[in-house]
Amino acid sequence: MNKKILSAVVGVAAVAGMGATVASAATLDDVKAKGFVQCGVSTGLAGFSAPNDAGDWSGLDVDLCRGVAAAVFGDAKAVKYSPLSAKERFTALQSGEIDLLSRNTTWTMSRDTQLGLNFAGVNYYDGQGFMVRKSLGVNSALQLSGASVCVQTGTTTELNLTDYFKANDMTYNPVVFEKLEEVNAAYDSNRCDVYTTDQSGLYSIRLGLSAPDEHMVLPEVISKEPLGPAVRQGDDQWFSIVKWVHYAMINAEEMGITSANVDEMLNSTDPNVMRVLGKEGTFGEAIGVSNDWAYQVIKQVGNYGEVFERNVGASTPLAIDRGVNALWSKGGLQYAPPLR
Amino acid sequence: MAHQKGVSTDADDSGRVSLMNDPKARGLIFQGLLIIAVVAMVYMGISNAVNNLARAGIASGFGFFNVRAGFDIGQTIIPYTNDSTYLRAFFVGLLNTLVVAVIGIFFATIIGFIVGLARLSKNYLVQKFATVYVETLRNIPLLLQLLFWYKAVLSILPSPREAARETGVEVAFSINNRGLYLPRVVPEDGSSLILYALILAIAAWFFIGRWAKKRQMATGQQFPVFLTGLALVLVLPLLAFLVTGMPLSLEYASLQGFNMVGGWIIQPEFIALLLGLALYTASFIAEIVRAGILAVSHGQTEAAFALGLRPNLTSRLVIVPQAMRVIIPPLTSQFLNLTKNSSLAVAIGYPDLVSVFGGTVLNQTGQAVEVISITMLVYLALSLLTSAFMNWFNSSVALVER
Repeated sequence: MNKKILSAVVGVAAVAGMGATVASAATLDDVKAKGFVQCGVSTGLAGFSAPNDAGDWSGLDVDLCRGVAAAVFGDAKAVKYSPLSAKERFTALQSGEIDLLSRNTTWTMSRDTQLGLNFAGVNYYDGQGFMVRKSLGVNSALQLSGASVCVQTGTTTELNLTDYFKANDMTYNPVVFEKLEEVNAAYDSNRCDVYTTDQSGLYSIRLGLSAPDEHMVLPEVISKEPLGPAVRQGDDQWFSIVKWVHYAMINAEEMGITSANVDEMLNSTDPNVMRVLGKEGTFGEAIGVSNDWAYQVIKQVGNYGEVFERNVGASTPLAIDRGVNALWSKGGLQYAPPLR
Repeated sequence: MAHQKGVSTDADDSGRVSLMNDPKARGLIFQGLLIIAVVAMVYMGISNAVNNLARAGIASGFGFFNVRAGFDIGQTIIPYTNDSTYLRAFFVGLLNTLVVAVIGIFFATIIGFIVGLARLSKNYLVQKFATVYVETLRNIPLLLQLLFWYKAVLSILPSPREAARETGVEVAFSINNRGLYLPRVVPEDGSSLILYALILAIAAWFFIGRWAKKRQMATGQQFPVFLTGLALVLVLPLLAFLVTGMPLSLEYASLQGFNMVGGWIIQPEFIALLLGLALYTASFIAEIVRAGILAVSHGQTEAAFALGLRPNLTSRLVIVPQAMRVIIPPLTSQFLNLTKNSSLAVAIGYPDLVSVFGGTVLNQTGQAVEVISITMLVYLALSLLTSAFMNWFNSSVALVER
């Protein structure tokens, strides 16, 4: 009997001991050792992170993962994806299961300071909106009092929704699901009158409904939702890599470097371009990757504008306007510190 | 040394034997060491977790309980708004779990007993129907059954706008994809007397039962306890209702805007979860009941008949009490299963403890370790309480061996 208990104690100790190895500092070393970047993405949101028929992931968020892999390994394909629900995502990053969370996640102060995370930038400026059936005859969110609202648990959306209805003195009945697919199915089967999430998400989800033309997104945007990639706190090197991959893509768009002309640009004598492409300076070495890191990112993934157009832009079914996501020089908010 | 001592001392002076050779002392020492080791392990585990959380910059502690929750919940039994605290949200989730568990246990037991008896029926149709019920429901995973009830049955019902004919028309009963709408009893001034009358009737029923039993033991005369009790429970509150001037009114649901408003609303998530849990667990209870009855040997029935007991009394006084001895312990574990299985609610959006506390609260606070530990402790406590109650019940119906 005692023997049995003892072996149980040893077992418990082994499990408890495992906790000690989590949260090791040098993510870059771990990533290099295993040969790929483990990237946390959504469970399927067209245009941001969704798998195709062959199981290959694509989207705006996925391209950031690919960019990081291109910078670290010179190979944008060296990524493995972990599809995560809104509820699972932070725990997965905190526990070290993933190296990078690139999953339409809103940057908020509490997430930045209390969850042990750092947000490495904003790769899509979004805001929360509402989708309804056209047959309801509603054309403003202010007419939604008394409605049943479908929402995903563990999101900023859930809180914004409460605040908005409260501020406008309206009532609603929340129907909360854990997985995006469950929320979609519930809305599609008319369990709710209203679907609320980030507007980009609504456009994407609308396409997946059984009759997309019967639904409309209301004009109101009720919150600021800066979506961006997150990494664990306490590893500044890895934080810098992710941050600067994102900035390099924006800087490349600003300088007109695209995946098509990047080889030509290698001959450029413009010092700005030479710095980005690693012809001048040792910016790559400073963050622990090779000096042609940004060249690889642009060559294999593209600049921010290309990524945007390819995944969510006018040529895609989503047809999202650049709007606030245009470069700062074109009236938008996308602004990167200079690469120098 | 020890050997020399052993030789030189008297045979009955066993107190001086080395502690290691005294089986009782040795046992105590090893058990003490084991407890110390276990406590040390637990302590190390906890302090390790606390240190790691601090190092990773993750907030910890239980301070979040007093913070404003800021989200709404679809079904609340106690008053709750988005201005309430996380603690309140915790209790809302806990009560939602308890409600579905208690009602689920109630229905599962009733259906289970009926189906279990039906499986022993001599009627071919009844017996086969019960067999098909048991074999179908207990062999399909519960999660699939929940999804079936929720997605294949309830969500294809018409929406309230399609179901109701006109806005503002009051309906006594409506079932649509937003829930089951029933009239709600609204108490007015003076209605508390009705409640007191009901309590009085139930108490009277209990005491009449005791008195009747005593009298039967002494004199052999019987008294119709059940009929008297039923009459009391029905008549006393009705009298109170009439005497106080009918202080109850009914509120009906009607279509207002998007949804039905008013009345008593039972959400489709709750109905789906209740159906799934009760029907699934009932199939196991049916088998337990059948086993319990078959465990009572046929000789008992024959003996009872030989004493002149009618079949009805034979079941009630001879078979069932002996069958209960076999039925109750496995029944307890079915009750525990049902309570724990109610956490599958998260798949169909019913706001139970796991969904509200282990889902939304965990995410808004980010304190996974605390929230998950508390959730686990709650289920542990619920299970232990249920077990304790069933053990007490078991000992009260156990056969008294003479």
